[in-house]
Amino acid sequence: MRRILLFLPLLAALVLGIILFAGIGKDTQTLESALVGKPVPAFVLTDLHNPDIKLNQELFQGKVRLLNVWATWCPSCRDEHADLMWLAHEKGVTIIGLDYKDDRTDALTWLDRLGNPYHTVIHDPKGTLGFDLGVYGAPETFVIDAKGIVRYRHVGVVNERVWENDLLPVINSAREDS
Amino acid sequence: MFRLFSLLVFFAIAGFVSADVANVYDFDTVQQEQRFQKLAEELRCPKCQNQNISDSDAPIAKDMRDEVYRMMLDGASNEDIVNALVARFGEFVRYKPELEKRTLLLWATPIIAVFGGLLIVAGVVIRSRRSDGRAPTLTADQKARAEKLLAESE
Repeated sequence: MRRILLFLPLLAALVLGIILFAGIGKDTQTLESALVGKPVPAFVLTDLHNPDIKLNQELFQGKVRLLNVWATWCPSCRDEHADLMWLAHEKGVTIIGLDYKDDRTDALTWLDRLGNPYHTVIHDPKGTLGFDLGVYGAPETFVIDAKGIVRYRHVGVVNERVWENDLLPVINSAREDS
Repeated sequence: MFRLFSLLVFFAIAGFVSADVANVYDFDTVQQEQRFQKLAEELRCPKCQNQNISDSDAPIAKDMRDEVYRMMLDGASNEDIVNALVARFGEFVRYKPELEKRTLLLWATPIIAVFGGLLIVAGVVIRSRRSDGRAPTLTADQKARAEKLLAESE
């Protein structure tokens, strides 16, 4: 009986080791969005291409879409731009852009030069919609279902792997529901 | 000595710098300013994790401070303000998580640890008391063997 008790510290160390080991390499920077399962927050902002057009949350009704938060000051957004073009043109995904805390002229020049993957771009110069969406660093990409409900949030660059592994499965299940 | 002195000066200045964040905003009373400062220290920045929004220079931390200030002027309670930010950025921004099913183990761990420690101490004490009173006893067989061994060694 006593002998067995001697193994208790070893056992405790093993259990603790396994628990701590499981935490190594875990991505602590990516937080799950608090908005998953909730509708896109109400907003009134202008269209990037036409400041006279007012856009609101109704934009997200009727179809599954991606909402991509980007800005010209964001280097990673430059990285993912080609992949967004590929998604929009090869995969036929409808992407709504949210130009976050950005200058209108700079943003229009960017789209002219690099191409425009977006169906519509919401201009959010003060970052109000971004704040309500809980955006803490561009780029971020949300999957919004046909009822305007947030299904998923990806923080960081979108590429082929992220599309295949994370976004596509969510989009497919959102499409099945609608 | 000079090193120690400059270190002390450094820490004294560092203290002033971190307390400065509330000074950017205008408050009518000192109480309000202290309330703001306290809230800003209790909220965690989602970008610069492990910094509160008072210490963090990230743009998002500034946006969050602005929102706290705006809501305070609107007369919102501390709870309303924290809840509004949790609704956007998630439970993560709370340095002190709510007591709920998911966080139950987190809150219970210190109690479990203390209780476990007490159990071990009690076990040790009881065991030592039990063996104190009487001398170690041997069965007749063991005694005979011991005596035989002792005789052999002589």
